[in-house]
Order: sequence, then structure tokens, then C-alpha cells
Amino acid sequence: MTTSNGGPRQRMNQRLRGYDDRRAGWARSIRTRWHALPRPVRWLGLLALVVVLYLLPIIQPPILTTPDSDFGSVLFDAALFALVAIGLNVVIGMAGLLDLGYVGFYAVGAYSVAVFGSPNSSLGTGYPWLVCVPIAIALSMLAGVILGGPTLRLRGDYLAIVTLGFGEIVRLTAVNSNALGAAAGITGIPHPPGKRPDGTDIFSILNINAFYWLALTVIFIVVFGVRNLENSRVGRSWLAIREDEDAAELMGVPTFRFKLWAFAIGAAIGGLSGSLFAGRQGFINPDSFLLQFSILFVAAVVLGGAGNLLGVVTGAVVIAYLPERFRGFADYRIFVFGLALIIVMIFRPQGIIPNRRRATELAVRTEEVAEGA
Amino acid sequence: MDFLLKNFWELTVTGLTQGSIYALVALGYTLVYGVLRLINFAHSEVFMVGTFGALFALEGMGLNANSDVTSASAAIGYLIVAALAAAAASGVTAVIVERVAYRPLRRRNAPTLVFLITAIGASLAMSEGFAIWRGRDNEAFPTVIDPKTQFKFFDASVSNLDILIFLTAIVMMFSLDTFMRRTRLGRGVRAVAQDPDSAALMGVNKNRVISLTFLLGGIMAGGAAILYGLRFGVTKYDVGFLLGVKAFTAAVLGGIGNLRGALIGGLALGLVENYGSAIVGSQWRDVVAYVTLVVVLMFRPTGILGESLGKARA
Repeated sequence: MTTSNGGPRQRMNQRLRGYDDRRAGWARSIRTRWHALPRPVRWLGLLALVVVLYLLPIIQPPILTTPDSDFGSVLFDAALFALVAIGLNVVIGMAGLLDLGYVGFYAVGAYSVAVFGSPNSSLGTGYPWLVCVPIAIALSMLAGVILGGPTLRLRGDYLAIVTLGFGEIVRLTAVNSNALGAAAGITGIPHPPGKRPDGTDIFSILNINAFYWLALTVIFIVVFGVRNLENSRVGRSWLAIREDEDAAELMGVPTFRFKLWAFAIGAAIGGLSGSLFAGRQGFINPDSFLLQFSILFVAAVVLGGAGNLLGVVTGAVVIAYLPERFRGFADYRIFVFGLALIIVMIFRPQGIIPNRRRATELAVRTEEVAEGA
Repeated sequence: MDFLLKNFWELTVTGLTQGSIYALVALGYTLVYGVLRLINFAHSEVFMVGTFGALFALEGMGLNANSDVTSASAAIGYLIVAALAAAAASGVTAVIVERVAYRPLRRRNAPTLVFLITAIGASLAMSEGFAIWRGRDNEAFPTVIDPKTQFKFFDASVSNLDILIFLTAIVMMFSLDTFMRRTRLGRGVRAVAQDPDSAALMGVNKNRVISLTFLLGGIMAGGAAILYGLRFGVTKYDVGFLLGVKAFTAAVLGGIGNLRGALIGGLALGLVENYGSAIVGSQWRDVVAYVTLVVVLMFRPTGILGESLGKARA
């Protein structure tokens, strides 16, 4: 690597690398300080965080709370977004497959609950919500396999466009099928079950906090599962595929099968979030599943730091919460996102809270080009 | 099915006109893909800016949605100015997108995924920027050409507008093809497409070639933009999105990275879409386009002609 002469390009490279190093140092110092704490203190810290998260809608912290909309429902939306981001992170962050049609799986989940659960739907079976959720997960997983089967053999950027098309196909099918309620949607979707001692429903439109707590609990369960998966043989295979698919294949990783798994698991989590959404709304129509949501989901994952669970949750919360907090700017939110995406990707391609491994992969690539130039 | 047979030639004419517009936009995708191996997701917004460029030029010349252009020479004059404005708007936008969203990443050798994300960012920022500036409703184009039936093609009537669109697309596409094959700059583009590092060693200025590629793609999108304005008569901030996806489909269908492929793919997609929606109902038109894309990618990922820009014969 040449350090002496300074063409404008080389100087730019050096400056960019300087930013990287400083950031890395900052993140490392926080991480080491956290790990240096005694184990019980760390557990207590995490426990306190969890308790605070559960109590948020009751405390209504003065700065965080949203003056223009109900804080409980904003929290629920943020939690739902976080769950979606965790699912999409399996596909994008871990396996490195760009899915631009993730809202399709979310829609399949929501519509499964609506069709099987609502007495007003074409099936009219009216199953309770708890019965519908496994159906929703199974159907969205199936959708993931059906979409992934033929398309996962494609190159990465083709995959992005095909998944984008898939998301639109799902929505347009809902718009055009009377069996799925067409543009008007489906009403009368069951809420999750449960009664208070005084006989009122725990989960009702009047009590959004219950939905938030349910979503938060689901997030903790899913995070636990995904973390275990990440550190298993499956997770290591995904990592190998992400870093170099050909090399992984040569090393004996059945790449196609693991990519399909990533797709199916991501789809299942998307379907689960969709069923939560339908259970809270009690009513859905195709407008809840516009392509913009797919893009916002991807933005959440990439902005937060693909591959890092804490990162993607942060990204999701930022994207779901900020526009509600600053409602006056709602018109500008997508515009600002667009600009933010460019800026973040240029200066911080690894995301707000990066996955260490991914950050290293990027750094190595930058080094390579510096040596080549 | 009956409907398809009865209206076969009518659908063919419509398909070819729409396909010509797809083809011109597809050229932009194919050029950038051929040189940089990345999908310029923001190209749909380059097209959108072009439609506004044409609209502003027409309005700037004192036309509005109600005015009548009677003489042919005046119409031609208006069209040429509007086309130049559209091409300039799109071309400049494309070059700026490359500068802002892609070049800093190329410098760092970022993975393709990151390029796609910045492209999405640029695309969102541009379309939302126009939504904030111009509002979210349709804006009408002045009627510069009043469609009149010129002759019958079997039982389908062909209007002067259909002829203009089809011929413009063919002429623009062949000038681009000739430019690529015959000129020094075109040779530079092909060299970079083939092997960027060797091209740089042979004295080709890579960055300039890449800017040129975006500029050419933008100009083609500008051509498509004015034709779109004439054909559909309206534009708004998200006009590029659906067209962009379809144009990309067309580029893949014809063989991405292949200029002639983009033309064939565009026309083929226009036809398939119209025949398809005649069979299954026009509300499924977009689904037909997406399904075509998936099927093509599954069975022939290299497209109909399947040759990359670099390998195209001189």
C-alpha cells in the first residue's frame, strides 16, 4: 500500500479508511467495557432493559412519548417492524440474499389469518386466532419455498428483481381476487384470545398495550431461536455462502439447500409478523402491503447493520418510530430515508451497529482496491 | 381467448408501441449492466425526471393541457425542443446519480448489495422529492400530436402517434448501436465492459467511460419520456416505478448487456403483456409482466439474444 504520494483519489481513500478505523475503535471500546463487567452485573443490566421495555407504554417517558398519536400503538408498530426486520435479517444479513419482496410473506401471513379466522371471508371457517397463526406460518413458509425453489439459483441482483415482482404479485392477486376480499379487504379477523377476571377481552382495540407486550414476547422468543441458529452449523453455512458462494460449494456446503432454508425461515417470521398485524387490526386490505413496505424493511435491516440482531432491531425502531414522533414531517419521511440510505451506505456501508464479521469483510474489500490502485 | 383472436392486430399495434417505450428505457439498464454489472435501480427515476423535463419545456413554450397545435411544422418544432429537454434532464440526472450514489462506492470496492441499496435510496429520494415539489396527482401533458388513423394494418388502425413512437425507438436504438460499434468512444465503452482493468491499462479513462454510459442511458430514457408523455398524456412522481420494472424485465428478456436484445425484449414484452391481458383480463396485466420475468429467468437467464455488451461484435 502506498502512503506517500497523494492523488486526490488516494487521499480520499485514506480519509475513508480513517473514518472506518475510528468507528471500529469506538465500537470496540464499548464492547470490551461491557464484556469486562462481571457476569451478574451484565445479567442485571439486560434484565433491567427488558423490564423497562415492557413498562414503556405505562411509564410514557416524557421525551420518547409521541404527542400526536397513541404511544402504545406506536410501540406496537415499532415492535412489529422489529420482528419483520429480524426475519428479513436472516435472509439479507445472514445468508446475504437481497429480498425486495418481503412484504409478500407478511401479506401471506396476514391474509392466512384473515381467510381462516374471519367469519366474513370466503372460507368462513372462523377459526380462533391461535389456530390461524400456525397455518399462517406454514403457508408463508410454503410461499418462501415456492418462490425460492426456482429463483435461488439466480444471481444476487436478479434475485432482488424477482422477489420484488413476487411482492407485487401477492398484492395484485389480493386486489383482484374476490375470494381475498379484493380491494375492500376482509373484516372481522379474530383477536388473540384471553379474558380478564372481569370478563373483558385482554386483546382488544381498546387495549393496545397488550398487543405490544405480546409482540415483545414474540420478539424475545424469535431472537432466541435465530441466535441459536446463527451459531449452529446452519448459521456457519449461511456465513460461508455470504462470503463466497463458490468457495462454500467447493467446501461441501450444499448452498442451494441452505439458501432455501434461509428463505423459508425468513418467510416464516414474516408470516408470523403478518398474523400479529392482522390480529391487532381486525381488518386488512391490500393497501397495507404496498411495495414501499418491502423497501422500508430492507432499509431497516441495512441501516441498522445487516447481520447484527441488535442493529436491525435498532434500524427498525428508528424507521417505525421517528416518523411518528415527528409527525409533522411525515410527508418528508421517505424522501429523507432515501437520502439517508445513500449517505449511510457511502460512509457506513456496514450499518449503524454493524456485525463485526461483515464490517471486516467490507474493510478487506476496501484494502484490496487500495492495493490494486 | 376469443377476445384475443378478435382483437389480435389491435393488440399487436398497442403492444409494439408500448414495447418501443420499454425498449428505450431498457437500453439504459442494459448499458449500465453491461459495463458495471449492476442494476441501476434509479433508472426508473431518471425516466421520471425526463417526463417532467419534457413537460416543463412544453409548458415553457406556452402550451397547456387545453391548447391546440394545428400546423405540422409547429408540432415538430415543439417536439424537438421537448425531446431535447427530456434527454438533457434525464442524461444529467443519470450522470449525477452515478457521481453521488455509485462512484464513492466503486472507489471502496463495495459489494453489489450496497450499490443496490444506494440506488434504492437515490430512487426514493428522487421520486419523493418530485412528490413533495409537484404534488402526488397526475399532471397532464399538452396534446402536441392528435392521434389520427393513418392506415389499416389488417384490421387494426395505426395512428400517426404509433408510427412516430415505433420509428423513434428504432432510430434511437440503431444510432446507439452504431455509436457503440463505430466510434472511438463506443470502443472505449466496449473495452471497459469486457475487462475494466485491461482497458484502464490500455489508456481508457474508466471513470469517463462510466459517466458516458450513464449519460447515454439517460438520453435514451429521455427519448422514452417524451414518447410516454405523448402516448399516455400524464406524468407524476411515481410514473417511473412500474415502467422501470417492466423495462428491466425487457432488458433481461432480450439478454441483459445486449443493445439489440433490449429492443427485441421490449417489443416482445409489450406484445406478451397485451396478449396475456387479453386472455386473463386486463387487471392482471402487471402480474403477466412479472410472471414473464420469473419464467424467463428460470428457463433462459441469459435472455433471447444473451450476449453481453463486451462480447458484442465490432
